[in-house]
Amino acid sequence: MSRTFLMLIRRDLLLARRQGGGSLLSITFFVLVVSLFPLGVGPAPETLERIAAGTIWVAALLSVLLSLDRMFQADLEDGSLDQLALLPLPLSLVVLAKTIAHWLTTGLPLTLAAPLLGLLMQLSPDAYGALIAAMLLGTPILSLIGAIGAALTVGVRRGGVLLTLIVTPLYIPVLIFGVSAAEAAAQGFSYSAHMLFLSAILSGAIVIAPIAAAWALKLALD
Amino acid sequence: MHRFANPTRFLRLAAAVLPFSAAVAALCLGAGLVWGLFFAPPDYQQGDTVRIMFIHVPAAMMSMGVYAGMAIASAIALIWRHAVADLIAKASAPIGATFCFICLLTGSLWGKPMWGTWWVWDARLTSMLIMLFIYLGYMALWQAFDDQTKAARAAAILALVGAINLPIIKFSVEWWNTLHQPASLITMSGPKIHASLLWPLLLMIVGFGAYYLTVLIYRVRAEIHMRRTRMLRLAQADRHAAMQAAE
Repeated sequence: MSRTFLMLIRRDLLLARRQGGGSLLSITFFVLVVSLFPLGVGPAPETLERIAAGTIWVAALLSVLLSLDRMFQADLEDGSLDQLALLPLPLSLVVLAKTIAHWLTTGLPLTLAAPLLGLLMQLSPDAYGALIAAMLLGTPILSLIGAIGAALTVGVRRGGVLLTLIVTPLYIPVLIFGVSAAEAAAQGFSYSAHMLFLSAILSGAIVIAPIAAAWALKLALD
Repeated sequence: MHRFANPTRFLRLAAAVLPFSAAVAALCLGAGLVWGLFFAPPDYQQGDTVRIMFIHVPAAMMSMGVYAGMAIASAIALIWRHAVADLIAKASAPIGATFCFICLLTGSLWGKPMWGTWWVWDARLTSMLIMLFIYLGYMALWQAFDDQTKAARAAAILALVGAINLPIIKFSVEWWNTLHQPASLITMSGPKIHASLLWPLLLMIVGFGAYYLTVLIYRVRAEIHMRRTRMLRLAQADRHAAMQAAE
């Protein structure tokens, strides 16, 4: 069972690599959105420092949102979703495997790119650790909640816009805790409370999201 | 509960309840509005603007209550494939979204004289706004499917996920920022509002609840009739096609 699970993750990573450009596009979009902010609000370092963590988080959130609609769509179109549903593995674990692969190809690269954007945005030196740690905990939640939205809208007309409408409100707690962790660290406070909240949401999401997404996928497979 | 999965039986119950709920709604809303707007004393600090409360507070309570009802109906629909529960959830969403919008609108009108601004990113206002977005997403998901049974199940899953998320959103937003006054109606030590304002407010809350029930019955009834009409049309088209084939 765990072998099938790992093979599923490897399959999705391989597909992402061979189809090419998925992660790179997300990162490019991420950098692009962040670099719009200095142009929009002005290059004054103190302004940028004030909004750095928030901007990076919002841009990361948007990059994840953009990548979500392909999560199950390609597999539905070429029929492999039907095959995956026939696996001895429960559909919720299939969803979990695909979500992990999605995080490895979007959330993780975004987290790794974040320090560079921190430099561009004059992020306070004390906040780097908190920002990276919060993104490591927060971006998997984005992938998990996103999987529910992607599964609900797979095979639906204009699914992409609908997906954004459904998922964005559910992302708000992650954004709030993620940004306030970095801001607390920048002001020299402890940010462990924010980390604990993010961990709590992550643990809840790991259990609930794959089940909910699997229910939703069954609708598309009928 | 399963008795009312049969639409005909539900329609009979609805027809029995409707006159009462409509009468309670009309009486309470009428009496509460007149009492609240003309006879309740003005607040010593806020003056006459406090009267916005008689619309604002019931609308806020109902927008949350309707969502809770929608989530319960969705759970019943998902677990027992209860046909009428689906319709109740579907019919509730636009009503709840409207209450939510009224709450935001009156809050904005109240905020201008009190806080000096139409909108502040205060915790309660923000979580109300997010709730409106969740209502809109739910309604959009219903629209997206052609197959009504699929739409019902997808929407039910979303309503339940939203129900788990709403308390987290509310809590996180509250932590993020707070300017709105804390709850003063439902507290551990009883209401903190003077009786002269409390009674019309309670009347309005009951009136809003009865109004919701009345509109809900109308909407569910319309939905049932619409589905029957569609089925009759399909049956007619089938018969027509069969007759043409016979000729």
